[in-house]
Amino acid sequence: MTHETYLLDRSKLADSHTLEVARADGAYGALQKVFESSMSPESVVGEVKKSGLRGRGGAGFPTGLKWSFMPNHETDSRTRYMAVNADESEPGTCKDRILMREDPHCLIEGCLIAAFAMRLDAVYIYVRGEYRLPYDRMQAALDEARAAGIIGDNILGSGYSCEIHMHKGAGAYICGEETGLMESLEGKRGHPRPKPPFPAGFGLWGQPTTVNNVESIFNVPFILARGADWFRTMGTETSPGNFLCGISGHVERPGVYEVPLGISARTILEDLAGGIWKGRSLKAWFPGGSSTGVLPADMLDTPMDHDSVKAAGSMFGTGAMIILDETASVVRSALILARFYEHESCGQCSQCREGTEWQEQIINRMLSGQGKSGDVELLVDLSKGMFPGKTICALSDAAAIPVLAAIKHFRGEFEACISSPEEILA
Amino acid sequence: MALTDALKAEFDNLCTKYPHRRAGLIPALHRCQEELGGWISPEIITDCAEYFKLEPVEVYSVASFYPMFFLSPIGQHVVSVCRNISCDLRGACEITSAATEHTGAACGESSKDGRFYLEEVECQGACTNAPMMVVDGKYYEDLEPADVARILGEIQ
Repeated sequence: MTHETYLLDRSKLADSHTLEVARADGAYGALQKVFESSMSPESVVGEVKKSGLRGRGGAGFPTGLKWSFMPNHETDSRTRYMAVNADESEPGTCKDRILMREDPHCLIEGCLIAAFAMRLDAVYIYVRGEYRLPYDRMQAALDEARAAGIIGDNILGSGYSCEIHMHKGAGAYICGEETGLMESLEGKRGHPRPKPPFPAGFGLWGQPTTVNNVESIFNVPFILARGADWFRTMGTETSPGNFLCGISGHVERPGVYEVPLGISARTILEDLAGGIWKGRSLKAWFPGGSSTGVLPADMLDTPMDHDSVKAAGSMFGTGAMIILDETASVVRSALILARFYEHESCGQCSQCREGTEWQEQIINRMLSGQGKSGDVELLVDLSKGMFPGKTICALSDAAAIPVLAAIKHFRGEFEACISSPEEILA
Repeated sequence: MALTDALKAEFDNLCTKYPHRRAGLIPALHRCQEELGGWISPEIITDCAEYFKLEPVEVYSVASFYPMFFLSPIGQHVVSVCRNISCDLRGACEITSAATEHTGAACGESSKDGRFYLEEVECQGACTNAPMMVVDGKYYEDLEPADVARILGEIQ
């Protein structure tokens, strides 16, 4: 299978993280083009809108449209910020760490183009605290770029100035939620804020702010260098471009693969990841991280794009496929994820704080041979009570959806825990 | 005072990145934990509160929210084994068992000799290289159970 690639091309070069290698490979060429062709900030936003780029952090919101929500600079003179969400912590997802580690200058270039387009004063890159090497690589790249006149005052002689700063989180999944991220960046507990107000109106320190995922921003230099029309030659009409698919679990060759949106999940699993490990067969798969509903093996021909995965009853999410072979227990997977969401709930909303704990307790007793008649129904009722729109943020939804999907497709496995507990314990 | 002049000078510089000083608190707590004994002591809480012009309870509230901060003394080397789904599917339980066997510590506890602290953690973002563990901040990926004793044995 061959297709055009761009996201990971530079990272295959030796020392791709250094300014020298990156520049020789064309880094900052798109930024230079924006300055030299005298593009207006509005026309940069227009090009990103035209490209149809959708956010790669999980929600799939159109990036250009999000940028256009920033208030008019002529009528709103407040300081303007972007926070790059590098808090990558959705189970199954490990693409942004590769981009930051191997090609930090492309992310910096994307930040600067976004900053020019939205007339930003500063950009903060919020990296999860555990990502030491990606953080250090980003910081070293920023220092190199600053020394070369690419960041700070009068960037590349354009007259435009912008600062980019690194910021280190401390290990909390909820800080990947955009308002939790902003609270955390301000030095507080990562408690999501009620919306509205939305970040474009009231973001970091109450100022206009846009929050974008690393991979979303990483696409921007390519769109500006090669054009929105080129970008649309890859992917689908409603989900253009390539994405990084991390495929993990029971496969022969787990890895992060660059593929066009709309490629079938089967092609990724069988052609790129070498199929199910140990000659076994597929039982179930998560299409886009742990918060997306698990799907059965017979849906493996689903195209991997936002609309198609939604039509299949799940979500594209971060595009991180997690694969379970025929020997895996879907109930155990549900327990591991319930335990995760219980651990990560920030505790502000009762539906989430209590709901995730109860989910974990019920599934745990089912797997311990202590399940009670009616527990499956109870789990369904409980999970349905946790969403949608009942809490400040979507963590509660993210905890409820995988449990409901697991019961929908594998109800028999849950019921067997109660009817034949001796088999579970064996 | 726990906070050294060198750290304070570092924080002065750190805080210039932000329009409000408080934003430097979490990065500063990381540096305190790294430099001042591996955990956030009550003295660090008090000193950071003074430095950031906050109440000690506000600093405690932040420090206690984030899993990377330890609020009690722990073993010298922190061993964190990922227990989330991608790692679990590829044998994280055996990695945890091997780490328990080598260190003699149960999860969430320090070894008797104080050399190791062992914990299970949620997803560390290395899912395509599962199973994995983190030792003193360094990632060890694509692990086999037998790797654990070798890696921990090489820690000085």
